[in-house]
Amino acid sequence: MSGKIDKLAPPHAGSTAYINARIVDPTANSEYLGAVLISDGKIADFGPNLFASGAPYGIQSVDCRGYYLAPGLVDTRVHTGEPGEEHKETLESAGAAAAVGGITSMVLLPDTEPPFDDASLIEFVARRARQVKLANMYAYGALTVGLEGKELAEIGLLAEAGAVAFTDADHAVANAQVMRRALYYAKTFDALIVHLPQEPTLSGGTMTSGAMATRLGLSGNPPLAEVMMVERDIRLAEMTGGRMHLTKISTAESVEVIAAAKARGLRITCDTAAPYFALNDLAVGDYRTFGKLVPPLRAEKDRVAVVEGLKDGTIDAIVSDHRPQDQDSKRVPFAQAEPGGIGLETLLPISLELVHGGHLTLPRLFQLLSSKPASLFGLPAGKLAKGAPADLVLFDADYAWRIDRDDLWSKTKNSPFDERPVQGRVLATIVGGRTIYRDDSFAAEAAAA
Amino acid sequence: MTNNRAGVPRLPHLLGIEGLSPETISGLLDLSETYIDQNRSVDKRRDRLAGRTIINLFFENSTRTRTSFEVAAKRLGADVINMDVATSSVRKGETLLDTAMTLNAMRPDAIVVRHHESGAVNLLSQKVNCAVINAGDGQHEHPTQALLDALTIRRRRGNLEGLLVAICGDIMHSRVARSNIHLLQIMGARVRVVGPPTLMPTDVDKLGVEVHYSMKTGLKDVDIVMMLRLQTERMQGSFVPSISEYFHFFGLDRVKLEYAKPDALIMHPGPMNRGVEIDSEVADDLDRSVIHEQVEMGVTVRMACLDALIGGQRNQIGNGA
Repeated sequence: MSGKIDKLAPPHAGSTAYINARIVDPTANSEYLGAVLISDGKIADFGPNLFASGAPYGIQSVDCRGYYLAPGLVDTRVHTGEPGEEHKETLESAGAAAAVGGITSMVLLPDTEPPFDDASLIEFVARRARQVKLANMYAYGALTVGLEGKELAEIGLLAEAGAVAFTDADHAVANAQVMRRALYYAKTFDALIVHLPQEPTLSGGTMTSGAMATRLGLSGNPPLAEVMMVERDIRLAEMTGGRMHLTKISTAESVEVIAAAKARGLRITCDTAAPYFALNDLAVGDYRTFGKLVPPLRAEKDRVAVVEGLKDGTIDAIVSDHRPQDQDSKRVPFAQAEPGGIGLETLLPISLELVHGGHLTLPRLFQLLSSKPASLFGLPAGKLAKGAPADLVLFDADYAWRIDRDDLWSKTKNSPFDERPVQGRVLATIVGGRTIYRDDSFAAEAAAA
Repeated sequence: MTNNRAGVPRLPHLLGIEGLSPETISGLLDLSETYIDQNRSVDKRRDRLAGRTIINLFFENSTRTRTSFEVAAKRLGADVINMDVATSSVRKGETLLDTAMTLNAMRPDAIVVRHHESGAVNLLSQKVNCAVINAGDGQHEHPTQALLDALTIRRRRGNLEGLLVAICGDIMHSRVARSNIHLLQIMGARVRVVGPPTLMPTDVDKLGVEVHYSMKTGLKDVDIVMMLRLQTERMQGSFVPSISEYFHFFGLDRVKLEYAKPDALIMHPGPMNRGVEIDSEVADDLDRSVIHEQVEMGVTVRMACLDALIGGQRNQIGNGA
């Protein structure tokens, strides 16, 4: 795949009509042939009958030729290396990868160096995002100082500076008392707490426990380590009335427990990352360190349960969990390798497998990828509505290609999906009316038209 | 794939037992047999690997295995260099690949590697263009140990097929156990693993073995009792409460040996912890214990592995041609 990133795309002025598009509207849970009118960076109008007889004279129009047009993806779990590890990923390179992946808003994790436990860093991200001029960038605030799970970070001040939610990234807060106080205190600001549920004393292993780990001689991280923490967190959320969002749900038991909590009417939500519905522990056979993730890739039965959780609504959102790692961090024996995989550019095609596999409709998929995460995190994104920011993705849902890590825009190439055949390609990514990415094929077709 | 002496298919590397065919294993064992007389004669040296360079690269302390590989290589006339990097203070990951590339540039014909991380030898094998033999990687595999165990059993029992073998002790942390589980089952033996649940890897039964938590049921009617070494660092109370409790329930002594077949053989990969996993009385029982024969067969098996990988015609892998 190749295309062009255009960070110099001018601010959108006047009106542009995207006509002849298959529009995916997650909020209305519908899909239809129609048009979207963008004016001054906002959605001015949309619908099946809009410009049915062609765009009026004087309005610039883009013929979408029957491809899908949907709200841009909202990825609430992105690690970059800025500040601190710019050799792995900068906000600029992450922004480019997001643009290629159709992601128009992303929320950056606070586990940088230094971590986002100080309001000035939240402001730094906002300033850098304005310079980078690609996807909208938001930041998490740290939940605890230094992400150490001991003392509460300045949640109120961080929120005031613009932090959209609070988390210790891939560190679980082991101490139940700290988490209880965090949930209580965050209520002051109705702040969302995002937690990776992993019981630290059980999750020290390098891959999921089971026959594969036994064969490879690698230490195991049992699925139990997740569900134990999920159960604790549900109890704490229930007791405190705080807003808790559990992230990267990877096991069948967790899905079951969360479904039961939701059935009881608790205010708990959760997401999973693309690897957990697309891969299982076979992906780390032959000691493939690109498949070393947190939590580890699980057994096939867990993968299937995650798919079911996405289908029945137990799982509210899908994240990329983009985590760049350089060669030196991955070209080492498995146990010594740093965990994490990049995912911004592959989030849409991997997620489309759920549609091609008959598990989800496209509008349902875009609820998980766009409207639901946007509303959970309170972002002005993820929906088709008059007056909403014109953050859109135009894509071909069927185009077949093979992921090749060397073709990815991210600074590092550690994709757990390397060499995977997929379907679906982004043709254009529009943020605030500006077309920040255009695929070469679409640009050529447009020029020929 | 060209066939070598004794019809052993040429392997690029020997990284593990898993995935080897019964024919390859039989071929390696047959080839090993041909070296036994040589090793027992006065003139032990042949020139089959004359001119070849073999590097023993040990990232983990080892006296027995390294010596065995060194003796094996020298008896075939190869030049051997020992690199002991266990005490190196350089960061682990860097040491592995940097050392691999450096040694590779010296154009050895084979590198024998031991490393404390599972999969490290596989990783190294991808970075060099000579033959690599796994001399033990983490908790993954130790293929030459399983081959020498198989040769020892085969010489005593004629065949591996149909035998009932109990592997006892710290299965979880043992690469010897994993390689033996694979090899014995490939060759048609039945395998039991015996030990406390804290020392059993998760889902070990899915490897096809029977799991026993008691020596009484585990050793019942077995032909072979393989004891494993209990690593001292595992004895500090988190896996087993104490050495004396471990020995009481899982140490092999005369009483527990009674559960096995009357002529059952006793094996141990060494070095033994006498009074921890095995009682001296049974370890030194010349009628039953084949522990010293295992050491002897270790040299012949390693000669066969080196021969199969780099013997005969000039090895194409290392030539870069």
